[in-house]
Amino acid sequence: MPDIHFRPSAKTYDVIIIGSGAGGGMAAYELTKAGAKVLLLEAGQHYDPADPKYMTQLKWPWQSPRRGASTRYRPFGDFDAAYGGWDIEGEPYTTKNGTQFKWFRSRMLGGRTNHWGRISLRFGPDDFKRRTIDGLGEDWPIGYDEVAPFYDDTDRLLGVFGTNEGLPNDPDGVFLPAPKPRLHELMIKKANKNLGVTTIPSRLSILTKKINDERGVCFYCHQCGRACMAYADFSSSSCLVNPALKTGNLDVIYFAMAREILTDPKTGLCTGVSYIDTESLEEKSVRGNIVVLGASACESARLLLNSKSTRFPEGLANSSGVVGKYLHDSTGASRAAIIPTLFDRKRYNEDGVGGLHVYSPWWLDNKKLDFPRGYHIEYWGGMGMPSYGFGWGIEKVNGLFPDRSGNKREAGGYGAALKDDYRRFYGAYIGMAGRGEAVAREDNYCEIDPNTVDKYGIPVLRFHYKWSDYERLQAKHMHDTFERIIQEMGGIPLSDKPGPDNDYGLNAPGEIIHEVGTIRMGNDPKKSALNKWQQAHDVKNLFVVDGAPFPSQGDKNCTWTILALSMRASRYIVEQKNAGKL
Amino acid sequence: MKRRDALKGISLTTLGLAGLSPQVKAAEVLDLADPDKKKEPWEPYGRTRGELERDAKLFKEQFFNKHEMKTISVLADIIIPKDAQSGSATEAGVPDFIEFMAKDQPNLQTPLRGGLLWLDTQAKRRFEKTFTDCSDAQRIEIVEDIAWPERKKTGMSQGIAFFSLMRNLTASGFFTSKMGIADLGYVGNTPNQWDGVPEEVLRQYGLDTF
Repeated sequence: MPDIHFRPSAKTYDVIIIGSGAGGGMAAYELTKAGAKVLLLEAGQHYDPADPKYMTQLKWPWQSPRRGASTRYRPFGDFDAAYGGWDIEGEPYTTKNGTQFKWFRSRMLGGRTNHWGRISLRFGPDDFKRRTIDGLGEDWPIGYDEVAPFYDDTDRLLGVFGTNEGLPNDPDGVFLPAPKPRLHELMIKKANKNLGVTTIPSRLSILTKKINDERGVCFYCHQCGRACMAYADFSSSSCLVNPALKTGNLDVIYFAMAREILTDPKTGLCTGVSYIDTESLEEKSVRGNIVVLGASACESARLLLNSKSTRFPEGLANSSGVVGKYLHDSTGASRAAIIPTLFDRKRYNEDGVGGLHVYSPWWLDNKKLDFPRGYHIEYWGGMGMPSYGFGWGIEKVNGLFPDRSGNKREAGGYGAALKDDYRRFYGAYIGMAGRGEAVAREDNYCEIDPNTVDKYGIPVLRFHYKWSDYERLQAKHMHDTFERIIQEMGGIPLSDKPGPDNDYGLNAPGEIIHEVGTIRMGNDPKKSALNKWQQAHDVKNLFVVDGAPFPSQGDKNCTWTILALSMRASRYIVEQKNAGKL
Repeated sequence: MKRRDALKGISLTTLGLAGLSPQVKAAEVLDLADPDKKKEPWEPYGRTRGELERDAKLFKEQFFNKHEMKTISVLADIIIPKDAQSGSATEAGVPDFIEFMAKDQPNLQTPLRGGLLWLDTQAKRRFEKTFTDCSDAQRIEIVEDIAWPERKKTGMSQGIAFFSLMRNLTASGFFTSKMGIADLGYVGNTPNQWDGVPEEVLRQYGLDTF
């Protein structure tokens, strides 16, 4: 029963997992299915999108007094299924030397998987070997062929729609049927065909067909960001933790903010975890034979760095000194436009799935370009449900177009003519966002701030992060592409094209919420913290299963790879345990 | 239409479900939260404890005074009046929405309160009375000077900025209301089957052969 605030006795668990997001949830699923007695520590509260007390799906904007506007509690809007955000009261983080990093955290069962975009892209063969290709960063200690079986199993277990296209670096998968494109997506596809920009059905972990008895099928409300009451989209809480609980092998402690990993000073092995009960503010500890970190890239690094002892003076599993370093988020840049041929559209329900039905995987060769890594493009548009911000800025748009009788209109205005403009432009807006690979650098890092603790008394992270020209030139290319697409569609861009003075419109680091790399894996214990099984070089009963182990990001979203690798690491734990090696 | 009835309209077997599906269970729950039945403006809609406490506090406060609320109402109805298709901004509850937003996003408070006073100052200089006491023709005379950003009339730039903010808030409030959404013709937010763009729409855009 997930709602019971379980307080364990002095028992020793086989495994303690910290964090219930994609990595922690998958580990909980795999390990409990294998029969291990597992304890899951979650810093936030219980959450279940099928329970009316949490439900925001299918609510109307007028049910929110702010009509869905964002708040400090929900930066993605009042109905969004992420509790937390960039700025959590009592849980600060700092930055160094005038640099910038934004850190998004969700304090709830399932973590950030409750609201994510469900864009579920495998890394391709090249994404594991970037140093070999361009001499930058580090290769992974594993290749696509080693991960592919786990991608296949993740596809089957959780469900993802898409199409097999035979692309060299965007591998085929075990796909459910993809939904047909919406109108604006067909127009984008047509324009991109003329431009040579590959545009294919998107790959999202949303069930367009039944895969098991526990989960329903998508009913096309476009609201995966609110988490699905039918469990038709993947979130770790609904699809991994729930079945893990049903095995009877899993206990969950909520409101448990992990503080440090406890170790035996003689053996140097983990013995358990100390945490702060965020309700009583008491420090408590739990014992386990194996510790698995899935707290998120930065939170897991923070835990290791805060787990200092005589034996591990630089923090746990950090003899290499790499913990916290090589932090990198996806790059992001975006542009919106209005498409006059879509004025006065015929109305019909085109909600579709929560997100894009088509996307553009990276289609060019970086050897012929002035930046080393690629990006993909995500698209939006259509006759969506109005929310706070609807019609905002019409005074910059309505003067650009003649009225229905062909007479020139003046920008701004009021009254019946203005009211009609909103109707006329409804569904005529589109947008696109590039999501690219940044190069992981040693001097982009998080570390423990020597002067600051959070409200639980735990030392906080301090970030140092700068973009380089690799990312700036990539963003410039994104914007050139966006303009070509908008022009080809006969559209009008809605903002000025960003230039070098503002990093070509690059989002601030952290804003894309794909941060990875802080506890990287590798074959050389001097240059990495984890081996290729995500097991600490220094501490054999310590594993990391979130985005922290990634040596590089790929021009893909990281979640599907976190899931596949957590499955792989968890099965390795079971094998090692059965072989008496753990 | 009850959401459960809407769900009955699509075949559950096509959704891959039989019996009492999660969707139908959810629909029964949703019926309890039918907006037509709700009494309190702050009926919970999946709130966390912190959110409930904050919203309850905001609902107890009043930011704008009666005169300011009246001015907001007059302006909102100038911006979005009743027409053949739907009612006016005040009929859709826009002034209450703006009052709430001013409390929810305190950075709106000074531009709105100050803008309302700017407007009254204009009205007093021109007609020796507040904006709401002006005749319709007098009100429109002032609005004409601040509703068209590209005219850049001397001395009016702050009024133009205020009117643009009012326009944006009014439109946001109107088109997120039940009335505004019906006016717009948004027909989603309900369980359905997506099977692509309707054939006649594909033909209209020449995409039927693409």
